[in-house]
Amino acid sequence: MDITMSISQNEAIRLEALCKELRIELIKLLHKAQTGHPGGSLSSCEIITLLYQNKMTLDPENPNAKERDRFILSKGHAAPMLYLNLVKRGILKEADLSGFRQINSILQGHPCHHKTPGIDVSTGPLGLGLSVGSGMAAAAKMNNEEHFIYVLLGDGEIQEGSIWEAAMTASKFKLDNMIAILDNNHVQLDGTNEEIMPLGDIAKKFEAFGFRVIRCDGHNIAEFSDAIDLAKAGRGSGAPTIIIAETVKGKGVSYMEGKNVWHGSPISDKLYEIAMSELMEVSK
Amino acid sequence: MSKMIAIRDAYGEALKSLGAKNDRVVVLEADVGSSSKSILFGKEFPERYYNVGIAELNMAGMAAGFAYEGKIPFINTFATFMVGRAADPINSLIAYDNLNVKLCGTYCGLSDSYDGASHHSASDIAYFRSLPNMTVISVCDEIETKKAVEAAAAVNGPVYLRLSRAPAEVIFDDTYDFRIGKGVILREGKDATLIGTGCMVQKCLEAAGLLEAMGYSVRVVDIHTIKPIDEEIICDSAAKTGAIVTVEEHSIYGGLGSAVSEVLAKSVPTPMGMIGLTEFAESGDYDELLAKYSLDANAIVKKAIEQIKRK
Repeated sequence: MDITMSISQNEAIRLEALCKELRIELIKLLHKAQTGHPGGSLSSCEIITLLYQNKMTLDPENPNAKERDRFILSKGHAAPMLYLNLVKRGILKEADLSGFRQINSILQGHPCHHKTPGIDVSTGPLGLGLSVGSGMAAAAKMNNEEHFIYVLLGDGEIQEGSIWEAAMTASKFKLDNMIAILDNNHVQLDGTNEEIMPLGDIAKKFEAFGFRVIRCDGHNIAEFSDAIDLAKAGRGSGAPTIIIAETVKGKGVSYMEGKNVWHGSPISDKLYEIAMSELMEVSK
Repeated sequence: MSKMIAIRDAYGEALKSLGAKNDRVVVLEADVGSSSKSILFGKEFPERYYNVGIAELNMAGMAAGFAYEGKIPFINTFATFMVGRAADPINSLIAYDNLNVKLCGTYCGLSDSYDGASHHSASDIAYFRSLPNMTVISVCDEIETKKAVEAAAAVNGPVYLRLSRAPAEVIFDDTYDFRIGKGVILREGKDATLIGTGCMVQKCLEAAGLLEAMGYSVRVVDIHTIKPIDEEIICDSAAKTGAIVTVEEHSIYGGLGSAVSEVLAKSVPTPMGMIGLTEFAESGDYDELLAKYSLDANAIVKKAIEQIKRK
């Protein structure tokens, strides 16, 4: 199938600039809170931003509309990147961010469906999003509904057996309206995936489970956009799709890139200054 | 001799009836449809029946997905695996987001007797009642089962329904006004109260008969809803009879007995004894197991007399 670049150059530039801005906002947010997950939030920046600011059907006035596309942040610790995108999309308010991880606030450490507008599914424990997505996708087929269900997985997360249970299910019930995305940053908490529990050939594994597999650079907006469109074209094929997006944990902050210690560490004032100066310098 | 009807058969029929009345109901199964009898729904409504195979964790997560989309999922597996395998999504999704999922744990207690300890469930009531937003129901006969299925569907939130494999004597008739949270006095008495749940209700009635022959008059109460528990009937029983014995096919730690003792300790401390499991059981004939592990009328009689003597 011939896919020409699905996103205009101007739109790609706009989104790249937005990602730069969101990385800055993310570091500010996590530094102020002194808690949260920088590494996995930074690696999923382009993925979440493209979905929320371009690809997903969403109405900020009506965030629970039946026709909306669903999004499940199965790697729930990337919540801050999702919250920032919800603010940008007009579903949350800028002022809400000051409550991130604080008591009596609507912004929990991991996404909470019942406290936070715009969150479709509560997540956090890892390994559950593909199952929930399967249920939502099956319900959509039952109701003859047209929306898509996106599930963002982490690579450490696919060590959970429940992911493979869900993969079997998605294949059996032909859930071609579900699009999984793997934030393949190769690093987890105690070390790299290779050190902790090697994942082998992920693409072959998902293919063996009946998925269409698409690969792309997870930090290249245009490439990821093409991948999403190719995934959506899979509707009717009878097979669910997974986009394996190559990413870098901590992308954008040199001392974080590829480092497991930055999975969930607080950012000191000194390191905050370094991150800010790197993120704010004019690139290209 | 009353009719004996297997709880699981009653459940299968009730689910099928419910399916005909309510098109939001979907049923998920983890490969034990012919055991749980969810297959009765499945044959009638195949387009609403999802057998996910031996994948209970996935089943619970998928049910959450259906519930977020406005369906009413009934999910099925053995009671012990409902806890053991599906605990995480039940906690972090179904209870946390107060989802409309009905967890139907079959083969509860020792009722899957020959399969042995790995298939017995003695911790399900304890686990599920500790979860916020969870309603916990344990049924004693065919009629109660059918009414509980209907009532569970009408609850706006998660429900755990504890079902036995065993044939159970029919205690109620169709005039039974089953209400979630409302215990039932099945027999009056003044020396003690036997509070039972599930298949142990029948054992309490048997024990009451034996006690009567020995000169004791005991009240028998069916507590089908362990959460929210009927505090009024417990306190009334304590006040009127002065001694309580709880009887459950479950661990004595954390189940019906614990729930009742919580009420008594808070409101009206009363001599109380618990009948339940304290160790793993084994393979064997169901009635022989109940006798060996002190879950029968004789054990209840002994415990009742002990409490009466403490008054």
